[in-house]
Amino acid sequence: MLSMYGLVMNEALKILQRKRLWVVVLILLVLVPIFTYAQFRATLDNQKQLGTTDWKVSVRQSINDTTNRLSSTRIPEDWKKLMRIRIQQQQYYLDHDINPTSPNGVTFTRDFMSNAVSLFIPLLIVIISSDIVSGEHTGGTIKLLLTRPVKRWRILTSKLIALFLFVSAIVVLTGIIAYAISGVVFGYTGWAYPVLTGFQIQGEEVNTEGVHVLPQWLYIMMEYGLSWYACLAVACISFMVSVLVRSTAAGMGVMVSALIAGTILTNMASAWESAKYFFMVNLQLTDYLAGTLPTIPGLSLTFSLTTLGIWSVASLLVAYIVFIRRDVY
Amino acid sequence: MQRAITLELDQVEKIIRRNRIIKGISFSVQEGEVFGFLGPNGSGKTTTIRMMVGLVRPTAGRIRVCGYDIQKDHTEALAKVGSIVENPELYPFLSGMENLEYFARMIPGVTREKIDEVVRRVDLSARIGDRVKDYSLGMRQRLGIAQALLGDPKLLILDEPTNGLDPQGIRELRAFIRQLADEGLSVFISSHMLSEIQLMCDRVAIINEGSIIRVGVVDELLTQNFRKIIWYANPYDRAKSLLMNSPFIKVREQELVDAGIVTEVAPEHIPQLTAALVDQGIEIYGIEWKKPSLEDLFLDMTEGEHHA
Repeated sequence: MLSMYGLVMNEALKILQRKRLWVVVLILLVLVPIFTYAQFRATLDNQKQLGTTDWKVSVRQSINDTTNRLSSTRIPEDWKKLMRIRIQQQQYYLDHDINPTSPNGVTFTRDFMSNAVSLFIPLLIVIISSDIVSGEHTGGTIKLLLTRPVKRWRILTSKLIALFLFVSAIVVLTGIIAYAISGVVFGYTGWAYPVLTGFQIQGEEVNTEGVHVLPQWLYIMMEYGLSWYACLAVACISFMVSVLVRSTAAGMGVMVSALIAGTILTNMASAWESAKYFFMVNLQLTDYLAGTLPTIPGLSLTFSLTTLGIWSVASLLVAYIVFIRRDVY
Repeated sequence: MQRAITLELDQVEKIIRRNRIIKGISFSVQEGEVFGFLGPNGSGKTTTIRMMVGLVRPTAGRIRVCGYDIQKDHTEALAKVGSIVENPELYPFLSGMENLEYFARMIPGVTREKIDEVVRRVDLSARIGDRVKDYSLGMRQRLGIAQALLGDPKLLILDEPTNGLDPQGIRELRAFIRQLADEGLSVFISSHMLSEIQLMCDRVAIINEGSIIRVGVVDELLTQNFRKIIWYANPYDRAKSLLMNSPFIKVREQELVDAGIVTEVAPEHIPQLTAALVDQGIEIYGIEWKKPSLEDLFLDMTEGEHHA
C-alpha cells in the first residue's frame, strides 16, 4: 500500500509550482497596504472631527455618564449588565493608555478578517481550488494520474488534503500579512486590548446576557478559527465544482458568481427567510462573535455552522461519486 | 512453445448513449511480443486502450493484465502496465526529473537508481533538469516512455507512438521497442498506419467500426495478399486493354493513380507482361510496386463479407 504522504506531496508540489500560492500572497501584499491606508485616512478624519480634545477626557466623561445612568431604576437589568461591561472596557483603555479611536495592528488584523471572510478570502481560495481537478483535464494529465496503480478515491483524497493545507495556509498568511503591514502604520501592540463578545442572537433581538470581555488575542484566535471553518466549506464546494466542470474558467466563474450572489442576497433578501439555506449567506461567521444582527432572519451561529457543514459533506459526496465512476476520455 | 499471456480481452463491449462503440472484442497479447492494434481513426482504438488502462469502464466483458482483472483488481493490474495514452502529456511546469519523481511517488517500490536507469535508457540525461515545456515533441515522447517504464511493467501500451516524430525519431523508437520486447516485455502499439505496424509488430489485431476483423501474424496477414503493381504506359488505353486481356493479371478499374493502371499480379509474370507491352510498341515509363494502404486492406478483407 502506497502512503498518502507521497500523493499529498505531489499535489502540493503542483500547486506550488504553478505559483498559485504566490498569486494569493501577491494579492494580499498589494491590497493590504491599500486597506491600511484607507483605515489610516478614516482615523485621521475621526480625530479631526473630535477636535484637539484629549481622548482621555472624553473617555472619562463617557464613563461618568454611564455610571450615572446605572443608578436609574427605569433601566432593565440586562442593559445594566452590558453597561457595566462597557465601563470595565473603557476603564481598561484609561488604565493602559489606549486611545480607542486610534486603531493598532491587532485591531486592524481583527477587522480585516471580519470584512474579508464572506468574499475576499473565499475568492483567494477559489484561485487555488478551481483548477485542482479540472486543471488535470485541461492539461490531459488526468490520464496519467488515473492510470497509476492507485485507487481513484485515494487520488481525490490526496487532492482534498493538499487543498485543506493550502486553505489553512491562506487563512494564517492573511492574518500575518495584515498584522505585519498595518503594524508599520498603527504599531504592533494591542494583543491584550479587551473586546466584547458572547452575544446571543434570538430571533430578531441580540441577547446580551452572556456578554463578557475577552483579550483581543483570544478573540482573534476565535475569529480566525471560525473563518477557517467557513473557508474549508468554500473549499469543499469549489472542489466539487472543479470535479464537475472540466473547464477551469467555467468552474471559477461558477464559484465567483455564487460568492458574489451571496453578498447581494445578504443585502437584498432580508424578507426572504429561506435564503438562509444558501451556503454563501452563512460565511460571515465572525458577525456572531461581534454581536452584529444578521441581515437575513433566522441565522445563528449553530445554524450557520450546521448549514456549512451539510453543504461541505454533500459537495464532497458528489465529488467522490462522480470522480470514481466517471469515464475519462 | 506457448508463452505466457500478459493481456487478455474477452468479449469487451462499450455502449455510450445506446451506441455500441465496441462490439464485443477479444484478443490476447503474449509475453515478449510487439502487438499491433490497427484501425482507422474513429474505429474504437482509443476507447479500447482507455478500457485497458482503467480510464473507461467496459459495459460488458473482461480485461485481464497478467491475470488481474482491470476492474476488480485495479491496483494490481495497473502495477503491471506502463502506458502513454494519446500524446505524452506530462506536467509542463515541472522539469523532466520532477515529473519522473512525481510518478515514482505513485508507484510502490521505485528507487532513485531506477529513475536514473530509465533516464539513461531513453537518453535524456543531458536535459532531464529542464522544464518539460521547453522539450521537443520527441523528447516528450521519450520522457513519456521513461515514465511508463518506471514501475517495471510487464505490458507497455503506446497509443499512436510515432505521431509527430521525424523519420530519425521513428527509427530510434522502433529499435527501442524491439529491444524492450527482446527483454520479455509485451508492447502494445496502436496505429492507423499500416506501414508502421508492418515494420514494428509481430502480430496484429485489425479493428474497424468497433469489431475485430482479423488477428494474426503480421507477415501472413498484411503482405501475402497484396501484390499491387501500377503501370505507367503510353498510350494508356491500348496498354490497359492489353493488360486486361492477359490471364495472369487483374486490373482494378475503380482505382486511378495519376496516369497509372492499377493491377494485381503475381511478381513472376511482370517480365513476361512487360515484354508483351513492348512488343506491341507501347512505351513504358514505369512499373511501381505499391504498398497497400489501410483502405486497400479493409476493402480486401471486407469484400467477401459484403458479397456474402
